[in-house]
Amino acid sequence: MEDHLAEILSTHTGRRSELIPILQEAQEKFGYLSDDVIAEVAEFTHVPESTVFGVASFYTQFRFVPQGRNLISVCRGTACHVRGAPMILDEVSRQLSIEDGGTTPDLEYTLETVACIGCCALAPCLTVNGKVEAKLNPKKVKDLLAKEKANEV
Amino acid sequence: MLDEIKFAIDGTQIKANKGDTILKAALKHGIYIPHLCDHPDLEPFGGCRLCMVEIKGKGLSISCKVPVEEGLEIITESPEVNKVRRIAAELLIASHHVDCLECARNTDCKLQDVASYIGIEEGRLKRLKRVIKDLPIDDSNPFFIRDLNKCVLCGICIRTCGEILNVGAIDFAFRGTGTLVATVGGKPILQSRCVSCGECVARCPVGALVPKNAERPTREVSTVCTYCGVGCGIKLGVRGGRIVRVRGDVNSPANRGNLCVKGRFGYDFVNHPDRLTSPLIKRNGAFVEATFEEALDLVASKLTDYKGDQFATFASARITTEDNYVVQKFTRAVMGTNNLDHCARL
Amino acid sequence: MKFEEIAQTAKEEWDALQASAKPSIVVGTATCGRAAGAMEVMEALRNELKEREIEANIMETGCFGLCDAEPLITIKGPGGPSVWYRNVTPEMAGKLVEEHIVKGSPVAEHALGAAGDGQVDGLTAMSDLPMLKFQVRRILFNCGVVDPSNINHYIATGGYQALNKVVSGMSPEDIIDEITRSGLRGLGGAGFPVGRKWDSCRRVPSDVRYVVCNADEGDPGAFQDRSVLEGDPYSVVEGMTIAGYAIGAQKGYIYVRAEYPLAVERLENATAQAKEKGLMGKNILGSGFDFDLEIFQGAGAFVCGESTALVLSIEGKRGMPKPLPRPRTTEVGLWDMPTLLNNVKSYSIVPWILTKGADQFASLGTERCKGTAVFSLTGKMANCGLIEVPMGTTLRQIIYDIGGGIPKGKAFKAVQTGGPSGGCLPAELLDTQVDFDKLTAAGAIMGSGGMVVMDEDTCMVDVARYFLDFTQKESCGECSLCRLGTLQMLQTLEAIVAGEGDPDDIDMLLELGEAIKTGSICGLGQSAPNPALTTIRYFRHEYEAHIHEKKCPARVCKDLISYVISADKCKACMICLRECPVDAIRGAKKEVHVIDQDKCIRCGVCMSVCPERFGAVECIPGRLTEADNA
Repeated sequence: MEDHLAEILSTHTGRRSELIPILQEAQEKFGYLSDDVIAEVAEFTHVPESTVFGVASFYTQFRFVPQGRNLISVCRGTACHVRGAPMILDEVSRQLSIEDGGTTPDLEYTLETVACIGCCALAPCLTVNGKVEAKLNPKKVKDLLAKEKANEV
Repeated sequence: MLDEIKFAIDGTQIKANKGDTILKAALKHGIYIPHLCDHPDLEPFGGCRLCMVEIKGKGLSISCKVPVEEGLEIITESPEVNKVRRIAAELLIASHHVDCLECARNTDCKLQDVASYIGIEEGRLKRLKRVIKDLPIDDSNPFFIRDLNKCVLCGICIRTCGEILNVGAIDFAFRGTGTLVATVGGKPILQSRCVSCGECVARCPVGALVPKNAERPTREVSTVCTYCGVGCGIKLGVRGGRIVRVRGDVNSPANRGNLCVKGRFGYDFVNHPDRLTSPLIKRNGAFVEATFEEALDLVASKLTDYKGDQFATFASARITTEDNYVVQKFTRAVMGTNNLDHCARL
Repeated sequence: MKFEEIAQTAKEEWDALQASAKPSIVVGTATCGRAAGAMEVMEALRNELKEREIEANIMETGCFGLCDAEPLITIKGPGGPSVWYRNVTPEMAGKLVEEHIVKGSPVAEHALGAAGDGQVDGLTAMSDLPMLKFQVRRILFNCGVVDPSNINHYIATGGYQALNKVVSGMSPEDIIDEITRSGLRGLGGAGFPVGRKWDSCRRVPSDVRYVVCNADEGDPGAFQDRSVLEGDPYSVVEGMTIAGYAIGAQKGYIYVRAEYPLAVERLENATAQAKEKGLMGKNILGSGFDFDLEIFQGAGAFVCGESTALVLSIEGKRGMPKPLPRPRTTEVGLWDMPTLLNNVKSYSIVPWILTKGADQFASLGTERCKGTAVFSLTGKMANCGLIEVPMGTTLRQIIYDIGGGIPKGKAFKAVQTGGPSGGCLPAELLDTQVDFDKLTAAGAIMGSGGMVVMDEDTCMVDVARYFLDFTQKESCGECSLCRLGTLQMLQTLEAIVAGEGDPDDIDMLLELGEAIKTGSICGLGQSAPNPALTTIRYFRHEYEAHIHEKKCPARVCKDLISYVISADKCKACMICLRECPVDAIRGAKKEVHVIDQDKCIRCGVCMSVCPERFGAVECIPGRLTEADNA
């Protein structure tokens, strides 16, 4: 891990304004921000660790625990909401037996909600590892997840 | 002489120093304006929204951030002010524990001050949902307890740790209703870079940070801290012959009210049964109590036998710089050796 | 290089493309197009062309705003007609290539219209489509038309003329004067006069100034900034460069959501190409003016749309807005330097204004709001999409003439503008003109330009609850009123939609809302109560139905509805019975199914799986129990 982080840090100079970009790159690399990463970034940018954690935890993008191999993001944008997003979230949650923000015990899936993925005309939608699934209903969600699970084996 | 500014609060003419905020000037003159997040030692924060006042011609404004200006007319009580301030106070109360009698901060709590000023109407309060956090209490630190369930997020502890101490053990974390004052990853405070100085505990307006020993003293004794050469002025809180609290003396030029962990919390030894209160001299293989005269005579009589390099001095950080100077002078000039060291060098 | 030479090269490339003997295919590959499968379509078309050994120009373009038609492509046969095709799938690729390109006959069944004013038998001209006919595309001028990753396309269609004009003879005062005269108001939502903002920033004495673009489109129902960044990034870059020249800044930042990776990519490409052409960087077009842009990816916080929070975020801090009184960002902004902060659209229209003139810009609009407004039209609409209309167009025109009204014969209930800070307006206010002041007067706001249409099936209490849930999560937590007040409002609304509302609740929501609006630190808190306040103002009866009758008239709130199977319509097909996740449906083959009301979790699966031709499952207001089944 240290090597990778050193590689990221080597492209920065340690200014405070680089804090968020560094954290973004670190998360991109490691999938989440561990305490060790936070400590090292804190030292590099000359700010207390608590401040780095405070900044990171302020923004939705950052995670502090590893996420599942597959990320399901249910859009909770306005257009999706009025077209039934809550039912979609419920269905995913039921199928995977995890709540919003949770990860399955086998680390296979993480479920999150996102503010808006900007596909309002295709509402309601969700993304599986970045790929958009549009115009959903509970039945479609069930089929989709069944397909995903079948692929996984 | 500081520039003086004249302005009015609720029709009363007031003189204040240029640069003072409305809140500071009002409090100086004994006029209470509800507030939680402001602290005279710290930069204004403006988060609690309780110090809302009306500035004639300008409308509502918080008073903790607005400097006084010549001729300002401040109204602290008006229907407009009350509409906002009452809701802000009620919201804070609805999300606060109500076990006041069990709280170490009872009667010394800023939220209680606010509540009693606003005047709580049970009927109104009942309409609000009780939103109480249920976070584990952090008692990892040997000297104080952190109960984030009672935290009002005024940020005073954070600003103290950053602005005054430059330690930064804690900061705001997360956001919205999830906002917390936290160490990295919300770990116990003992695992952070906290130096346990207790400055935050001394400033916390509510029961979120309280000393583990919360006994109230019955009187205070002014003295100087004996731990090091800085010579901080302290006020020992005494209760029945025991020291139960130490606070920094704000009038002492050495520390202006601040203290370190030893000065604030390291007072147990005073009343400890094992504490040496008289010198001991070894006689026939066993230590025997003696008077200071006896002890000093004994040492003085032996000094002449050990002049030169067979002698060494180990000085203490607990005496003043001047005393330390004398110690080294004595060692070099009288005892004729450079074998000299000091515990603060370790 | 001189601008004339740059423009000449660009024009040649563009003209060559237009006059090319090869067939051309243009694919809309903005995020929305990609979500609908545009990349797969493009790949399929490539394969089909390759198989037939046809050489063609395939170009990607940004979002044209016709979201329902995505993936949307244009095919121009060699010398043949140019036709837009809608909802193209990879499976259609073969047919489109064979019929349109090989045989030269457009495939009418998949066609949306003939390009531009073009005449093709049996096809509507694109310019006659209702969705486009009433629009005036200034900000969206290039979106969906040019290749957004090719600066020559932008230049060939008039881009960078404004910058050239500016650096080769206009004084900063002239520019600011022109912008001021145009009457342009900040298109990020607040509507602050842009010229005045530029002027005040310029007047603050300082050696260093910054130009910042707010592209942190956080409204969960708006996507026009993303579309502009993806479809016409150069206009934003050019607008910011001009702003830099006008206020005396040499450095700019674009604060763009990290959730918009394609926009980031296009912006990075745009700035690199601009630098290559000498339109950015040192000594721009030989004028001696230096300007550089950096892209900052926002890490996800709605509150960072607020100016002081955005600045703190770029500085690497928590985006907690600074309480008033404080200096304006134009005076003390990024690293305490004077900072000009405008929205994506405000910058992107600047080149247009300076090229065409303030008077032409001001020829459209209302008395106090000039120019055009862009809206993301979504929700229960026949035609969803991105539209641009003159300020002063009525909501009715937008929803019915452009949007095609409410689908499935449902009744219009409300239109929500301005996202979480905005409000819901009822049918009586459909003739409200859209501009900053008139929407605000009606209780909504222009805001980010999200426009979500709601029909009879939308519950207004649930909508209020939805927005409060959003703002409550997005509140920075700094001030007590916003942090605790929005949570309190949310919990009250949650109680109401759960059937646990108290008659006092409405009054309390109003009281809380007013206090939060007055006492909060920043715009987020000051506007957070709006969705609740406007829905109470215009749809109070829905709140009362939830509280007093324990019914959700729109059949949305789970605790106040029931699903029933109509005995007349049920064909006992067993589908719902099998799909029900909690085995709440009784019945058997040839035995009409019945929902166990106590077991039912009202997930709606039965209704979504019941074959449309039966339509036997019905959702009704009010909560039944098993006793009601008996």
